[in-house]
Amino acid sequence: MSRVFVSRDMASVALGSNEVAAALAQAGAEVIRTGSRGLFRIEPLVEVETQQGRVGYGPVAPDEVEQVLDGTHPNQLGDVGALPFFARQQRFTFGRVGMIDPLSLDDYRASGGWAGLEAARLMTPEAVVEQVTASGLRGRGGAGFPTGIKWRTALDATAGEKFVVCNADEGDSGTFADRMLMEGDPFSLIEGMAIAGHAIGAGCGYIYIRSEYPFAIQTMREAVQRSAAIVAPFRLEVRVGAGAYVCGEETALLDSLEGKRGQVRAKPPLPAIAGLFGKPTVINNVLTLAAAPFILAHGPKRYAEVGFGRSRGTMPVQLAGNVKNGGLFEVGFGITLGELVDDIGGGAESGRPVRAVQLGGPLGAYFPPSMFHLPLDYETFAAANGLVGHAGIVVFDDTVDMLAMARFAMEFCAVESCGKCTPCRIGSVRGVEILDRIRAGGRAGDAVEALPQMRNARAAQRGVADETALLRDLCETLKYGSLCALGGFTPYPVLSALEHFPEDFGLETAHVAA
Amino acid sequence: MVLTATQTEEIARLAGEFAGARGALLPLLHALQATLGCVPDTAVPIVARALNLSRAEVHGVVTFYHDFRRTPAGAHVVRLCRAEACQARGGAAIEAAAAERLGVAMGATRADGQVTLEPVYCLGLCATGPNALVDGRPVSRLTRARLDAIAAEIEA
Repeated sequence: MSRVFVSRDMASVALGSNEVAAALAQAGAEVIRTGSRGLFRIEPLVEVETQQGRVGYGPVAPDEVEQVLDGTHPNQLGDVGALPFFARQQRFTFGRVGMIDPLSLDDYRASGGWAGLEAARLMTPEAVVEQVTASGLRGRGGAGFPTGIKWRTALDATAGEKFVVCNADEGDSGTFADRMLMEGDPFSLIEGMAIAGHAIGAGCGYIYIRSEYPFAIQTMREAVQRSAAIVAPFRLEVRVGAGAYVCGEETALLDSLEGKRGQVRAKPPLPAIAGLFGKPTVINNVLTLAAAPFILAHGPKRYAEVGFGRSRGTMPVQLAGNVKNGGLFEVGFGITLGELVDDIGGGAESGRPVRAVQLGGPLGAYFPPSMFHLPLDYETFAAANGLVGHAGIVVFDDTVDMLAMARFAMEFCAVESCGKCTPCRIGSVRGVEILDRIRAGGRAGDAVEALPQMRNARAAQRGVADETALLRDLCETLKYGSLCALGGFTPYPVLSALEHFPEDFGLETAHVAA
Repeated sequence: MVLTATQTEEIARLAGEFAGARGALLPLLHALQATLGCVPDTAVPIVARALNLSRAEVHGVVTFYHDFRRTPAGAHVVRLCRAEACQARGGAAIEAAAAERLGVAMGATRADGQVTLEPVYCLGLCATGPNALVDGRPVSRLTRARLDAIAAEIEA
């Protein structure tokens, strides 16, 4: 009887992997469900165990499983790990994803699982924090804040109770690394949280997962239950979000966990000093926490020797949108945007030229191909008026309307604003209106402006240049006046679209008057 | 929604079950919606009393989060992704086609109560859009042909 491996990842299931797995079982194969390898062009993927290792076939349709089992299927890929897409990766965090049964404790231990936690438990909390600091690990959720400093602050805080919270509210479009990890290797996240618990002296942790990820919720709940005895006395609980994007912001997430509306808190106090229920709390992204077992098991040097500038270690990059080889590509910082989009991604799936990419989710900037030489690095993209964020790259071909994308960014901010601060709540609505007027080519003076008492109002027609100046002014208010990144970063996609694609806004030159 | 005696009892039972937990409101509202299909306004005072909150606080939470419904959805729910990665793959055209094919506007429930079409901002399947969640089942690479199949499923 053949042993075959088929992914149970939500993306694979959406492409039909459940039907393929059922057909394989029907044909008498022993089917092992894994996470996804991470290249969706070859999904549904079937890997067959042979004397020479696993042989991959993909994509495979349910009525083709006999050809897979007898080795005659035309889409034979050989050793999947040897495909260029995988051979160039450095999988520090995603090493097991796609390889093992995600919920098998035996598989996890056999592939080096719990080594990081066991190493950490032999150290003092101070020593664990030092290791994480020495690794140079920075928050993978988007802000890139040094993880060691965050843990140190929580460790130094004195309180009867502390918490570890995992931010699994991965709402950014174009990102799916957190989801893939939770579905493909949930124990690594649990191990990372237990390490963090030991490091700061927390007895309890929460994993806050967005409701749009039903598969991840189910897998994490099961994994938490199965590993409870191993991480004890540390306790974990999975909590489910309710469709609010802003809850990905750490303080809004804490309010949501407390059972309130997910509104942003003013900082200070930092969550590391007064976080969940007012207690010292380490709140980290899934990928940050899941990087901890590798650092503790292999030592901080091994992690830190990969990277670029002050961005150390690896980043699980997500290639998304209109791209040929879309999927998860974990690699050290320093790889250029062009290598990712053109060489690895293979350009637009539509076969048309790539016109723009958005890096870092709905709040990330749009970049034209002329900026593809930029290396993936927090500081480089900050200097280019953008952000690495959660490293999702959404590729657009030349049919994209950048004015529409700028409008969408404002519209999204208006839909998802928590309403606490004015620039975000009202500015986003005004932004949509201004962009609609730019689309219309400006506007005539209105009735109020024409009133005799409005002596200082301009009664003349307002052109695109006037509206653009107003948009820039509004973006400045949003950027500097908002409480959190939702309002504060919405100007990135808007202004980058205006800067790099002025022709879509009815402006002629590449140099737009500031 | 006027609650039956059994429903009122069920709400009180669930509220009692969650009352001891910390930050119990969201898990409780999820449980209520799973049982009743929505969080009716008539449930708010019962929840408020059980968790020692004001009705305003409970109402605020119910209306803040996109997931909680105050009236039941249609028999089938199609959640279609509107985010950037799906837009880059022709999401806007599929959105228009879905609204036409299912006979219901985005964000609305069809008059016969058979289907609700809702926007969702990202399902995390961003390399294979346009994506939808049809009664909880993920569907990728949506085309007009796949929409036809979904529509047929809904009419059945």
